[in-house]
Amino acid sequence: MKFSRLAFAAATALAFATPAAMADLVFPSLDYRTGPYAPNGIPFADGYADYFTLVNERDGGIGGVKARVVPCETEYNTTKGVECYEATKGEGALLYQPLSTGITYQLIPKASADGIPIHSMGYGRTSAANGKVFEWVFNYPGTYWDAASIIVKHIIDQEGGDISGKKIALVYHNSAYGKEPIRTLEELAKKHGYSLTLLPVDHPGQEQKATWLQIRRDRPDYVVMWGWGVMNQVAVQEAVNIRFPMDKFIGVWWSGAETDVLPAGEGAHGYKAITMHGVGMDFPIYADLKTHVYDKGLSAGAGDQHGSVLYNRGMQAAMLAVEAAKTAQAIHGAPNITAAMMRDGMEALEITDEKLTALGLPDFMPTFEVTCANHGGSGLGAIQQWDAKTKTWSLVTDFIASDREVIDPLIAEDSAAYAAEANITPRTCE
Amino acid sequence: MFLTDPFFWEIVVSGLLAGVMYSLVALGFVLIFKASGIFNFAQGVFALFAALTLVGFQTGQVPFAHLLSWITGTSIHTWGSGMPTLVAIVFALLVMIGLAWLVVRIVLRPLVNQEGIILFMATIGLAFVLEGTGDLMWGANVKALDVGLPQGPSDTIIDATGMFVDKLEISAAVVAVLLVVALTLFSQFTRMGRALRAVADDHQAALSVGISLETIWWIVWSIAGIVALVAGIMWGAKSGVQFSLSLIALKALPVLMLGGFTSIPGAIVGGLIIGVGEKVFELYVGPMIGGATENWFAYMLALLFLLFRPQGLFGEKIIERV
Repeated sequence: MKFSRLAFAAATALAFATPAAMADLVFPSLDYRTGPYAPNGIPFADGYADYFTLVNERDGGIGGVKARVVPCETEYNTTKGVECYEATKGEGALLYQPLSTGITYQLIPKASADGIPIHSMGYGRTSAANGKVFEWVFNYPGTYWDAASIIVKHIIDQEGGDISGKKIALVYHNSAYGKEPIRTLEELAKKHGYSLTLLPVDHPGQEQKATWLQIRRDRPDYVVMWGWGVMNQVAVQEAVNIRFPMDKFIGVWWSGAETDVLPAGEGAHGYKAITMHGVGMDFPIYADLKTHVYDKGLSAGAGDQHGSVLYNRGMQAAMLAVEAAKTAQAIHGAPNITAAMMRDGMEALEITDEKLTALGLPDFMPTFEVTCANHGGSGLGAIQQWDAKTKTWSLVTDFIASDREVIDPLIAEDSAAYAAEANITPRTCE
Repeated sequence: MFLTDPFFWEIVVSGLLAGVMYSLVALGFVLIFKASGIFNFAQGVFALFAALTLVGFQTGQVPFAHLLSWITGTSIHTWGSGMPTLVAIVFALLVMIGLAWLVVRIVLRPLVNQEGIILFMATIGLAFVLEGTGDLMWGANVKALDVGLPQGPSDTIIDATGMFVDKLEISAAVVAVLLVVALTLFSQFTRMGRALRAVADDHQAALSVGISLETIWWIVWSIAGIVALVAGIMWGAKSGVQFSLSLIALKALPVLMLGGFTSIPGAIVGGLIIGVGEKVFELYVGPMIGGATENWFAYMLALLFLLFRPQGLFGEKIIERV
């Protein structure tokens, strides 16, 4: 009898609770907390979830409406990522951030047809920066091609302005993700006169001896890495083993987390990577997080990732989603926004210094604005360097602009090819 | 001619040493398959679990800390100090022996006399359960493993030959030799070893002379657990202890196909052939066909062996009479 009453009460509570839940602003989190890529997926997912918790706890939600994060485990597996999309889109999803180039590629046509925006922040299909073709896809604040160009610019700077005749090797994850920078690096090689060696590493990258023996034989002047997961740790260790100078080994922003360098110990000292945001916890937002999230026991996961590179990046992704939602609410004058309104908000998003300061993130990232034609943002990046003694990253350059002269024609060319293939008529942007 | 190229010999030596690392994983498979006819799909996860446990003891991590924190509302993640490496290794060994006992009692005993494929499926399930348990117990972070093994290039060898040889891989080769010698001595010169061989030869006959199948299985799974710990230490020292370690089992499969599923020397020789083959192929043929051949080359070689010598180089030829 008691059980029946309890069941009735639970059913009633659920029935009344459901409409309220439907009114939330839903942000699916396609995360990966298990499998070989979990060490990278966990900090990002924690940062993403904690930022939304902060907004709910401190501000009462976004424009007064609570945000609801719907996690779905992908294991960084494209098939599972698509399943997650299908399983969560019916919950009123406003935006997808897949954290996987493979998943992003699969979701671009689906989400475009369903009218749900995708934000592949610094990953995914680079030419999606062309908003005229990719109406529903955004990759601000920068793309892989920006990253490749900025790394080459940094190398030019290190070499005193001339890298003709130099040798650069690209060690890359043999996947859609890892292959993204090749075209840009090839074009930049033509422009600057360096030679490029391509060294693919198969998933997961646990064994790379042949790759690094080749590097030892060919002795490139710089090694650029496009890795993820265990591939990063093994590559850094192998570079240490063959005594490759670490300050000439530069990773993309997905190859520059603490987990990538810690296993190699002191040997990893000096390793560099590009970043799209500031490092560490020296931002006022962490005081708010402590008060409203950590001290209340509301931290996502184990609560042991605060301040790490990928935690900050997850937080950045959530912050950009929240700011776009606020913009959408302002444009449409309604707190409860739809996915289509969210897209409008993303396309009108402006990140200014004043806004960053108000959010407790002064100088955390470069300012940028998204437009109808430009979904890629400013494309700025800085170089961070690892200090193995203090086990910290620090920025060693200012935020650097990419080479638009090379990148813009590539984006135009690739997006035009996609438009022809997908039978899309590019829209007009005023 | 590439044979006169010093770089070729550097690749061969590196390949041989990398092959030893594969053999360490393959050995665990062979031991269990030889004694019980079970292909233990969970052997890679055993290596991962053993390495996670070792690092957990070394660093003084509280097992199931996140779960305990969630239940009790506390936030205790470490004991304050860790164990010395040798003590941690001993405790990790005990955990692996305990795990072997649990596997035999919970998974294998209820499945006695079932088809091999059912036992194989059970080990797939075991792999998932153990991976999840490892995650709950020790967390999914990458953990640096330092058991005092030398790492980095050997200056002595570089000075003498100009060749790059990783000291960690030299250690792995020495450990593999010691392991094979110890396993051979155990199986040839101890009563338990003879019982083990009897079970491997004929289960029914062994049972009829009073050998306890369950005890033998426990011993074999314990030894495989110890081998997994050794493999976990070597691979964990190389790349940090992380969940991709479970995928090293995929490297052991072609080694087993080459060497044979029932031969300990076969696991070693198979590993050496795969190690050298994949490195030489990647460096000399890889650039012509787009590279990244290391993973599939091993399987291609194994496939060729399956066509012409399905039992592998040292495996027993299975003759089934109808």
